[in-house]
Amino acid sequence: MHPLVRWFHQLGSPPYFDRFAARWAPVSYVLAVLVMAYGLWAALFQVPADYQQGDSFRILYIHVPSAWMSLFVFGLMAFYAAIALVWRIKLCEILAMACAAPGAAFTLITLATGSIWGKPMWGTWWDWDPRLTTELILLFLYLGVIGLYNAIEDRRAAARAAGLLAIVGVALLPVIRYSVVWWNSLHQGQTISLFGQSHMDASMLPPLFAMIVATKLWFVGSLLTRARADNLRREAGKDWVLRQAQGTLTQVKEAAR
Amino acid sequence: MMRQAALALIARDTRLLWRRRGDALQPALFALLVVVLFALALGGEARALERVAAPVLWLAVLLAGLLSLDTLFRGDAEDGSLEQWMLAPVPLSWLVLVRTFMHWATTALPLLIATPLLGELLHLPRAQLPVLLASLALGTPLLSLLGAVVAALTVGMRRSGILVALLALPLYVPVLVFGAGSVAVAAQGLDATAPLLLLGAGLVLSLVLAPLAAAAAIRIALT
Repeated sequence: MHPLVRWFHQLGSPPYFDRFAARWAPVSYVLAVLVMAYGLWAALFQVPADYQQGDSFRILYIHVPSAWMSLFVFGLMAFYAAIALVWRIKLCEILAMACAAPGAAFTLITLATGSIWGKPMWGTWWDWDPRLTTELILLFLYLGVIGLYNAIEDRRAAARAAGLLAIVGVALLPVIRYSVVWWNSLHQGQTISLFGQSHMDASMLPPLFAMIVATKLWFVGSLLTRARADNLRREAGKDWVLRQAQGTLTQVKEAAR
Repeated sequence: MMRQAALALIARDTRLLWRRRGDALQPALFALLVVVLFALALGGEARALERVAAPVLWLAVLLAGLLSLDTLFRGDAEDGSLEQWMLAPVPLSWLVLVRTFMHWATTALPLLIATPLLGELLHLPRAQLPVLLASLALGTPLLSLLGAVVAALTVGMRRSGILVALLALPLYVPVLVFGAGSVAVAAQGLDATAPLLLLGAGLVLSLVLAPLAAAAAIRIALT
């Protein structure tokens, strides 16, 4: 079997995933903090002020990556959920549910930073325009997934039900993405495009790319940590968990002596 | 086979409904109460009420539908009929579709009939009534179908009341926006065809997809 394929299958085994997550989550977090440090420094001190908005546009470097992450994470959650429903892979159920809280946090940050940006720019903390409203609905969908997962006792059935809700909700993502194109929105239109000419000045782009990478790395760290915790909780009675816990207990006892 | 199953289910639901005729009026009564509360909260002045009459009616219908979602599958889940559905030789999604249709016919259709009367209570401008009825006629089946998915996700849960509302409302928001929006557009004298067509498109899409999603959800909930 091809080693990459074998590694992929091994990741589905709870003890193997536990070791993988324990190893790579801290790495992810550290890298994220480093890249974020550069990104935020460049965003605050290096990039020139906007000709129209002055210095208050700099919150873009938190707002836009968070917004993209809020959409990306929901799509990822639906993707994991689809795999979990079709192939019944336990780890994909865990990963899908572990996406929900970070995704909700990114959505909350997007809405909060958007409000803070909106007050000086538009004169209002909030407007019921399509982009803002659909992003708010996305937050409610995230909270619904979390709520449904916590409401059902059997963890596997809970993850499958909440995963189905995520798949149903994924229909909202293109609506959010194209809301500024389909409607006359107060929110700014599409400035940065993947396949075309971006309208943002080149001098302002590097910290944005840095923050995009940093938020993804942070999300990977968060996902691995939460998935590891959920994995341990679910497998709590198993031998490998007991051995690991006893190993930790011995370590604590040694340290206390 | 599918036609027989559908007729049998419709006959059963009608018979059960007839035995508890009073329950069928409860959504309409709730909508009436919502209208009364809004009217009193807004002060009762005709000029203030007629501007918000159509949106308030939409909300009353939506909330009444939300509360009646509980009865969609609960009776059958409790006495084991839902498991018989899963074992039936007809597709589970077909039975879900028929049940949802009956539910809409017994809870939302009385509301549609009551809308002109409720409109009078809120001084709804007469010219808005046709568009309002059209948007409700397209929107309420859509709400029932989306509600069926959420009800299927929470079937078997004992105290799922507020959770059902929490899960259903994000899905209901686009329907409300286009439904109430179509009346708002018409009130300004513009053509309301666009939002009505979008509602229709959503209805057609969910007629096909919602029963499938609800069937999958029932299977998950009852494994």
